[in-house]
Amino acid sequence: MIYLDNAATTKPCKECVRAVNEAMSESFGNASSLHKLGTSSMQIMARAKKTLLATVTGGKSPFDGGVLFTSGATESNNTALLGSMSRFRPHTLKIVSTAIEHPSVAKVLTKFEEDEFEVLRLAPKNYEDFTDALIDAVDENTALLSAMAVNNETGFQIDVPRLYREVKRKNPKTIVHIDAVQGFLKVPLDGDLISISGHKIHSTKGIGALFIRKGENILPLLSGGGQQNNLRSGTEPVELIAGLEAAVKAYHGDREKFSELKKCLLEELSKLSDIGINSDDDCVPNIVNFSVRGVRSEIMLHSLEERGIFVSSGSACSRGKKSGVLDALGVSDKDADCAIRVSFSAENTPDDVRALCEGISKTIERVRR
Amino acid sequence: MKEIIMVKYGEIALKGINKKTFEDMLQNNIKRRLKLIGQFAYTRNQSTIYIEPQDDNTDMHTVVESLKRIFGIGAIQKCAVFPKDFDTVANNVGEYLKDALADAKTFKVEAKRADKTYSMNSPQIQQALGDAVLDAFPHLAVDVHNPEVTVRLEIRDVGAYLSAKRITGAGGMPVGSSGKALLMLSGGIDSPVAGYMMAKRGLVVDCIHYISPPYTSERALLKVQKLCEQMTDWCGDIMFYCVPFTEIQEALRDNCPEEYFTVLMRRLMVKIANIVCKRDKYGAIITGESLAQVASQTLPALYCTNAAAEFPVFRPVIGMDKIEITEIARKIGTFETSILPYEDCCTVFSPKHPRTKPHIEDILAAESSYDFDSMIAEAVSKTTVRRFKYGEETVFLD
Repeated sequence: MIYLDNAATTKPCKECVRAVNEAMSESFGNASSLHKLGTSSMQIMARAKKTLLATVTGGKSPFDGGVLFTSGATESNNTALLGSMSRFRPHTLKIVSTAIEHPSVAKVLTKFEEDEFEVLRLAPKNYEDFTDALIDAVDENTALLSAMAVNNETGFQIDVPRLYREVKRKNPKTIVHIDAVQGFLKVPLDGDLISISGHKIHSTKGIGALFIRKGENILPLLSGGGQQNNLRSGTEPVELIAGLEAAVKAYHGDREKFSELKKCLLEELSKLSDIGINSDDDCVPNIVNFSVRGVRSEIMLHSLEERGIFVSSGSACSRGKKSGVLDALGVSDKDADCAIRVSFSAENTPDDVRALCEGISKTIERVRR
Repeated sequence: MKEIIMVKYGEIALKGINKKTFEDMLQNNIKRRLKLIGQFAYTRNQSTIYIEPQDDNTDMHTVVESLKRIFGIGAIQKCAVFPKDFDTVANNVGEYLKDALADAKTFKVEAKRADKTYSMNSPQIQQALGDAVLDAFPHLAVDVHNPEVTVRLEIRDVGAYLSAKRITGAGGMPVGSSGKALLMLSGGIDSPVAGYMMAKRGLVVDCIHYISPPYTSERALLKVQKLCEQMTDWCGDIMFYCVPFTEIQEALRDNCPEEYFTVLMRRLMVKIANIVCKRDKYGAIITGESLAQVASQTLPALYCTNAAAEFPVFRPVIGMDKIEITEIARKIGTFETSILPYEDCCTVFSPKHPRTKPHIEDILAAESSYDFDSMIAEAVSKTTVRRFKYGEETVFLD
C-alpha cells in the first residue's frame, strides 16, 4: 500500500498508539475526580498542554495563552468564530477572510453574513501577494480576520507570522484566527486563536485543540459541567489527549524531505503529456495538486486504488462535491474536474512517487481518448 | 387473554385446482419470515391462516409489520381468542377494543359462526355484541353502511375470535409461485421497484449487476448491494450476481460508434443475462425501463435491446412516470439508498449525443465488428454470486 492522502488523514504513529493504550489502561480516571486516578489524568492533560504550547508557533518561545481541547478542527473553528464574535454587534463591524476556507469556517462566515456582518472573502487569484492583500483589507472596523495557514486542497500558504504582526499593528483590536489544520508543525504560526487537529499529524481522530491567546475572551459552545475553565464542558478524553501529545513529540516530517518528494513528483509528471500543476511555488511541499487532463479525478483515484495507491480528488471532506477552492485559486473548471491531490507524510519515499506516476501513466493510456 | 393473527388470502382465494399448492407456498413463506421473530403454530381454514404465537411475550407489532411485506396476503387481522361462552366475550369488549374504538364515532358488528352448534345464530350474535360495544363505548353510533370501525366476531370450534382492525396486506401472489426471474439491478430508483413489482406477481427475484472499476467505485457497488438487501424485505432471499464489465465497456468505447454506445452496452448486458438465465434456470429477465425516460428507453432503442433477449423481458414500470415510480420506491424503502450519489456503470462513457432512433441493422453491424462473444463468456466466468438473506443486515452504508 502506498498512502499519499495524508492531508485527509494520517496513520496514527506507534508513539500515539502506545500513549492512547497506556492512558486507557492505566490513567482512565476522570480528570475532575479528586482521587489519584483523576489527578493522574489531570496531569496528563496539563503536560500535553505544555507540549502543545511549546510547539505550536514553531518558534523559540511558547505560545502566550492557553489550550482548549476539542473534538477536532471543526469544533475548534466553530468555537473560535462563534465564541469570539458573539459579543459583537453587526452593521458597523466587518470580518476579513478568504474564499478558500474549509467549510467549518466558510459556513460560519455565511451565518455571520445572515446576521448582517460585512464579510470580505478574498480570492488568491486576484492578488499578487495574498498575505499583503489580507493585511490591506483590515481597517479600524475589522473585528475578526480568519484565514487558513495552509490550504488543504492545494497547499497554498500565507505568511502567518507576518500577517499577525501587521494586522495587529494596523488594528490591535482585530482578532486573528488561524485555521492551522494543515499548517501545524509544518509552517510557522501565530495568532490570537489557532485551530489544530490531531489526526492530520499522526494522532487519532476525535481530538483537536484551539489555542487561545492570553486576554482573548471567548464564549463556550457547550454548557455543562464546566470543564476546561468553563469553555468546553464535557469530560476530557484523556487518552486522546495523551495520544495527541505523543504524536506531536514524535512528529518528524521535515520540509526538506517533502521538498525532495515534490521535486521528484514534478519531474516525473513533466514526462507525461497534458498535466496542469495547481500547486505552485507558494505552496507547502507536502501537498501537491495537479490535473491529469482528459481523465476525471474519480476514475484516476479508483484506477490508482486498484494498484494500492491512495490519493484524493480535491478535498476528502467534500466527498465528491465540487470545490470552489480551486476556482478561487485560479484553476479552470475543466482542470478542476481532473484534479488529483497527493499529500505526503514523512514515511513516503521517492519510490512511492515513481510508483504513483507509473500508475498515472498507465491510467492515461487506458482512459484518455 | 391470548392474541393471534388471522391472515386472509388475497388472489389465491380465487384459484381453483392449484389452490392448495399456493396455500402451502404462502404458509411456508410466512413461516420462513416469522421464525426470526419467534415460534408460532399454524392452522388453516376457509382461506385463512391462523398464526398463534407460542410465547406470550412475542412482539406482535413486528409480526404484523413482517406480514405486511409478504405477497399473497390480502388482509391481516389481530384478534383476541376467548372461550366460546358469549358473556366472557361481552365482558372483555371494553378492554380489548379500547384502542380501536375510543376515538371512533361509528361502528358496526359482523359475526360469523363456523361452529353451527353454537347456541346463538349470527344475527343474534351481532345484536348482542352490538349492545355490549355500546355499553362499553356509549359515545359510538351504529352505522351499518359506512362504519369507521368494523368489529368482527368469529365463533370457531376452538374459541371465539374478536377483532376490530383489518390491515390491508401486500396482495399479489406468494413469492415462488410463478417461478424465478433475473432482475437487472442498477443503483437507480427504477430497478428495485421493478423487482418489487414482479415479486408481487409471485416471482423469485434474483439480481444481476454490472460493475466497471475503476470507472465505478466500491461505494457504488455497496449501494447496489444495500438496495438488494432492502429488497429482501419484500422478495425474500436474493441471489446477487456481480458481473465485471469494464473490459467490455472499454472495447465498446474503442471499437463502436459512440452514438450507439448505450444501446450496444444494454444489449451486451442482456446477452450476459441470457447466459445466466439458461445456466441457472431463470424464466425471464426483469428491467426497470420506463418508456421515453432516457435515450436508451425510446421505442426504437428498446426494440434493439429487446432483440438481444432470449427470454421474456418484464418491464413493469414501462408505463409509469418518475413520480409514480418514486412513490413506490419510498414505500418499499429503497428510495433513500437509490439517491445516494455514487455513479454506476450505466453512465460510464455515456455519449454526449446518443442515437434515440437506432436501426437494428446498424446496431447489429456495429456489434459484429468486434468479438464480444468471447468477452461475454469471460465476464460470465468471472461473475461472483452472493446470497442476501431476508432479515440479515450485512451492508453498511452512510
